[in-house]
Order: sequence, then structure tokens, then C-alpha cells
Amino acid sequence: MAGLKDATAIVGIGQTAFARRLPEDERTLACRAVLAALDDAGIAPREVDALASYTMEETDEVELAKSLGLGDLTFFSKVGYGGGGSCATVAHLAAAVATGQATVGVAWRSRKRGSGPRPWTNTTVQLPTPAQWTRPFGLLRPADEIAMLARRHMHEYGTTRDHLFNVALACRNRANQNPAAVMYDRPLTREMYMTSRWISEPLCLFDNCLETDGALACVVVSRERARDCRSRPVYVHSAAQGLPAQHHGMVNYWNDDPLTGPAWTAARHLWKHADFTPQDVDVAQIYDAFTALVPLSLEGYGFCDRGEGGAFTEGGALETGGRLPLNTGGGGLSEAYVHGFNLITEGVKQLRGTSTAQVPGAATCLVTAGEGVPTSALLLRN
Amino acid sequence: MLSPAIDADGAPFWRYAARGELRIQACADCGGFRFPPRPCCPRCRSFATEWRAVGGHGRIWSYVVPHPPLLPDYAEQAPYNVIVVELADAPAVRLVGNLVREPGARLDSVAPGGIRIGARVRVVFDGDGLPQWVLERV
Ligand SMILES: [Zn+2]
Repeated sequence: MAGLKDATAIVGIGQTAFARRLPEDERTLACRAVLAALDDAGIAPREVDALASYTMEETDEVELAKSLGLGDLTFFSKVGYGGGGSCATVAHLAAAVATGQATVGVAWRSRKRGSGPRPWTNTTVQLPTPAQWTRPFGLLRPADEIAMLARRHMHEYGTTRDHLFNVALACRNRANQNPAAVMYDRPLTREMYMTSRWISEPLCLFDNCLETDGALACVVVSRERARDCRSRPVYVHSAAQGLPAQHHGMVNYWNDDPLTGPAWTAARHLWKHADFTPQDVDVAQIYDAFTALVPLSLEGYGFCDRGEGGAFTEGGALETGGRLPLNTGGGGLSEAYVHGFNLITEGVKQLRGTSTAQVPGAATCLVTAGEGVPTSALLLRN
Repeated sequence: MLSPAIDADGAPFWRYAARGELRIQACADCGGFRFPPRPCCPRCRSFATEWRAVGGHGRIWSYVVPHPPLLPDYAEQAPYNVIVVELADAPAVRLVGNLVREPGARLDSVAPGGIRIGARVRVVFDGDGLPQWVLERV
């Protein structure tokens, strides 16, 4: 069986502006991003017959299809677990297109997290499992939950705040090259990082992603159809979701091994169906809601051994020209936190050769979704 | 402060805690502990459950010190600690809690500098039956 390997391609990407506060509502932003992606592909809205999104998306398929005049939809999918679903939207569309359930698929994300409400301000929130076992004790925010794993990683493996700074700096340096990035004109120094306020020790302000308004979208079609599109196709080489046995979301402390997260499960499947290995990856877009997720992901996706994710960041490894240029648009830490969807579009830009921090000759890119929750990942190639 | 939404599976934990007992759900067939409480054993798929008393001793597996912005009740005590405790009797059952100076004390009653991974702790209960942890005198 041929499977998904290179059977489909991303042929269009689109985005709105990113800002702390945008005047338009989420539905309007979603419509603008999808139209921009279709225009990039040279495909008419009425040809769209598949949609994929992920949870915490307020604009649903019905709204989008009606607003934009899409055609009859024969496939639609909404992936669970928030930021873990970003790459899975493309994976679901690729599967639908490759198996003939649809011909033109669009995935999108629209969010107003910069000017909208924050979950931790909701005092009426119910506390179902697992929150009832964690939040009454003041472990309230995702930053607190990930900081717990970061502290343990530091204890077991000697990971340091300098390692986390390396992650934040690589993202900021790339954002400083990207005029669309929220942090375009805001350089970061080690002193700024080390003296910034704590959010949840051991994580400080710069270990946390931005809160951003904005929307993005991409278009998936078959390899054959991709040849007729306006923009250069970027092939979906391998795709995977990952929900490990006995996993329990962000607070997975009661698993046998809380430091081996969903990335490990997704990675096994991803590499099994790929023609190349981690050593062959030219550039990576790794989900960075928090810096501490990057060392965990570097280990999970096989760029280094268990426990070496911190050390991997040394010597400029994540910078342009380093072993693994990271989050070349600035990522969630410094371009925009749009639930990881900007990592997908940046991966496409790299393989088209149009990134603002272009890795010369980039031919392969790993894109990942949120680690620490049921996740997903893509290997893209040109 | 946030209260747990007590569901059917978890209710016995809180009932025992209100009496000052730390009990963890275990499979009545294969004996395996499981946490959080669930209807079925993931090892042998038995639905037979018992609530086994554990010694209430453990070690700090990790900890964080949250700072604002936080919900108002928590912000008022911030920075405070949240610890994960690995139970001596059931190492994979790691409970989230707070290290306090004495039962019922504030979340910030132990200075962050006095916390270290591996430290031995013992369970106590506050006035509302919420488990808390104090450093074990060794
Ligand atoms: Zn059993």
C-alpha cells in the first residue's frame, strides 16, 4: 500500500496580521485567512469539499462554509486536545484526499487570545478529572503544569535555565527577521531573560508564549492536483498522531514515566513511514507554548537521546546555520501564539524558499503540535 | 479557593480524606493501585475496586512556585509552592499537593528555598479534609 507518503501536498497558505489586539472578530479573521490560503493556491472557494480544525476553535465548519460560499463538504474533522491537534488537521485532510473522500481540504485556526479571556480568570470553572486532583492546590495554569516537568528534567538531567534561554533566544532572533512577528522589533538578551519576572518557577516570563490575535489557514490537495496550483507544492511526507498508553494530559505525573510524553508515540509512527531520519531534517518547527517543551520534543522526536534535550540547545544548535534551525518565523514564543498553526505555515515557507529566515536549500522540515497533550506531527518535504 | 468537583469514581478519596485517612483506589482482583480513580483496572480490566490505606509517606518528585497572574485567592498567597509527591507505598501514584509548615497552614508557609526534590514528606489534612504535606522529621 502506498499510504500517505507524498500523496498530498500543501499548496496554499494564508494568514491575517498578528497582534495583541485586532479589531475584527474570530469568524472574520478565519474567513480572511482561508480566502488568502485559497488565493495562494489558485483554487476557488466553491471547490473546497473538506475542512479540518481542532478544539478551542470557535468558528465552526458550518459558519465557514456558509460565509465563504464553499462547495458541498464530504469530509470534516475536528481534532481534540487543543494545541496537540494542529498538525493532525493537515494529517486528516491528507488522509481524506489520499483516499478519495475529498479533493480540496482546508485547515485553519482563528484565535483572539491577546484580547480575549484567559482560562485562569474563569472562577466558575468546574474541576473534573484530572483538574480536581491538581487545581485546588494552586496548580492552575498550563505554565504551572509544564514547569513541574521542567523542574524534574533539570533535576534528573542537569538541564539549566540557560538551555531554556537558548530556545527563547532562537525564536526571538528569527522573529527579529520576520516583519509579521509580534516581537519583530524587540531583541532579547540573556540579561533580560535572567532578570525577568517569574511566572511559575522555574519558568520565567520569556519561557511563555505570546498571547495573540490572528488566524491562519492552509490548503491540501492530491499530488496530481498540486501540479496545477499557483504556488509550489510542499508534500506531506509523513504524518502521525500520538496518545501514549496511560497518558493523562498535561498533568501526566502519575504515569510510569512522565518525561516521555506523546511526542515519543507520534515520532515512532512518523519515522516508520518516512524515507529520512532525524539526521536528515533541515529545519524544525517545534511547538513552543513553553520553552521547556522543546528539549522534551527534541528527545521525543529523536534528535538526541533521553535527557540530552537541554544540552542539544548549546552552541547555537537552534540558530540559523546550527544543527537544527528552530521555529524560523519566531514560533509561539515570538512570532504569534496561534495554537501552533503558524509553525505549519512557516514549514511551508521554508520548503518554498520564502521564509524571512530561510535555511539555504531546506528540503525537509519537521512540524510538531503541542507536547504534553495528545499530539500530532508532520514531516514536510519539497 | 477552588474545590474539587467530586465525581462518582473519586468520591471515596475525599470521603476518607475528610476523616483524615489517605486511601488510594486499587484493583480488588490484581491488587494494582490506580490514580486518578477510574471504573476499570487497566491491567486486568476488572471492575472490582477497593480503597487501600497507604502510609502517607512519600518524597517530593518535583515542585513549582507559581507567581501572579493567578486566581485572586491564590494570588493572595503567591508565591507559594505546589509539589508532586511520590508515595512510598505506590511510587507511580504521584499526588499533587502543597508543602506546608503545619496542618491548615497557608500555601506559602514554607519558603521555596526549603524545598528540594527527594525530600521526605508526610500527609496531613487541613480543616476541610484537603490533603497537605509536611516535611518528615528524620
Ligand atoms: Zn486489576
